Amino acid sequence: MLNQIDKNLLKEIAGLHDLPQGAFNIRKNGVGLARQSVEGITITPKTDRPGIDIVVDPGVTGQSVHIPVILTDTGVHDVVYNTFEIGAGADVLIVAGCGIHNEGSEKSQHDGIHEFFIRKGARIRYVEKHYGEGGGTGERVLNPVTILHLEEGATAELEMVQIRGVSNTERKTEVHQGPHSRLIVNERLLTHEQQYAYSDIVVHLEGEQSSAEVQSRSVGQDRSVQIFKVGLIGYGPCKGHVACDSIIMGAADIRSQPELWAKSGDAELTHEASIGKLAGDQIIKLMTFGLTEEEAIRTLLEGYLK
Amino acid sequence: MLALEHIDLTLQDGSDEVRILNGISLKFEPGKLYVITGPNGGGKTSIAKVISGIYQPARGRIMLDGKEITGWSITERAKQGIRYAFQNPPRFKGIDIGWYLRLAYPEITENHIRSVMAKIGLCPENYLNRVVDSTLSGGEMKRLEIASVLLGPTRVAVLDEPEAGVDLWSFEQLRDFIVHSHQRSEGRITIIISHHERFLEVADEIVVVAGGVVQERGTMEKIRPLIEEGINCRWRNICLGEEA
Repeated sequence: MLNQIDKNLLKEIAGLHDLPQGAFNIRKNGVGLARQSVEGITITPKTDRPGIDIVVDPGVTGQSVHIPVILTDTGVHDVVYNTFEIGAGADVLIVAGCGIHNEGSEKSQHDGIHEFFIRKGARIRYVEKHYGEGGGTGERVLNPVTILHLEEGATAELEMVQIRGVSNTERKTEVHQGPHSRLIVNERLLTHEQQYAYSDIVVHLEGEQSSAEVQSRSVGQDRSVQIFKVGLIGYGPCKGHVACDSIIMGAADIRSQPELWAKSGDAELTHEASIGKLAGDQIIKLMTFGLTEEEAIRTLLEGYLK
Repeated sequence: MLALEHIDLTLQDGSDEVRILNGISLKFEPGKLYVITGPNGGGKTSIAKVISGIYQPARGRIMLDGKEITGWSITERAKQGIRYAFQNPPRFKGIDIGWYLRLAYPEITENHIRSVMAKIGLCPENYLNRVVDSTLSGGEMKRLEIASVLLGPTRVAVLDEPEAGVDLWSFEQLRDFIVHSHQRSEGRITIIISHHERFLEVADEIVVVAGGVVQERGTMEKIRPLIEEGINCRWRNICLGEEA
């Protein structure tokens, strides 16, 4: 069912070597390829538009859901709407992500719109990796939209990674947090050649004692362009912190715009942002270990984006 | 044998060229522990950086076991066993201590890494997965830096002010580790840049550098009276261009 290109893409985006254990849905070129529900986690296709509904029953813990998407045809524009219902007290790992292999001259694009309803006391760890490959001249475009609603005491940890191969990406993330909910976002991005990446994260800290920590690290190489916008909006007693770090190399262009908006004197919001080159003493230090300059730079970037 | 022969070093300071080292000639014999001492700004760290390849001398030769290595890169020297512990070691986002030490010596086993970490006071259970970033204190960074140099079969270990930032309780442990590691090695040349008497007293030979030149060299017995008589003040004056 899976050819070598499919397997390679799945390995890159989801660490899969074949069909995964547990619940999964694999989508290829706009069509569902394989699907499996398990006890406590049900995956059903939507009837009104492309996409799936993933329902995790209350109290389900220690389970995983894999929902990778792969595009291997040139000229495909795949739009998918996935809705996640995470029952109260559940604790699950969700591995998403999209890989594009484009050997043709036409643009291949995937727009994944994911909406999460994370009920009282539930917790998710959401891993989304984006990857592109193929020798064609056609663009590889990924435009994800992630919307989260966290009920009281819910926790969401998002790990969003894009390492190489994606020509163009526009990522939008919107989070609404209830009381005592917790959000952790780790975004990692590397662009090179003429690639363009835009990320816009808005977190509404609506509930009392909600907290959010957003950390973005990126590397811009060659003539690539990156724009980061992260907004924290505090409505009452809450805590939020944004850290945007970027390493700029070659003739890259990076814009970083953290924004804090307090609607209450009880909101504690902080941010830090930096853009700079790789430090020379770091490279030299690794060279004193016997690494070449190129190996030292590669190691530094690998660690930075880990 | 490591030999510096008539080394001149000039560095750029804005549009000015500043002479840092003037005709430095030194020989370091295998199996011996040397301490280079002297006033601040006298050229000690510059000698360390010339040995490790970070600075290229304007004149002179560097010889290792009879082979000229003056033009060798930092990488080539490291591969031949010349390792340098920085005075102010840099920090690395995302690289944990285990990974960092394996970068220094990829063939080293995890058991050996754990053993060395314990000896320098970084309990492996607590530190192996810690990231080498600003969450580590200056003293922790310093101990890690020393470990990264002495972990493997280093032939020439250059340790730049290993005591800096290390608390009194950890200092003795660190000093013992450096000395024992040197004694257990097979012919390692250990060069410590330090002002600390506890290092001076274990040196086979002490080299006093000031004003970019070697002022004195000899055993502690020879050097101690000079220090006690205040000749150190003369070296300071030389640095300031005010020959006493």
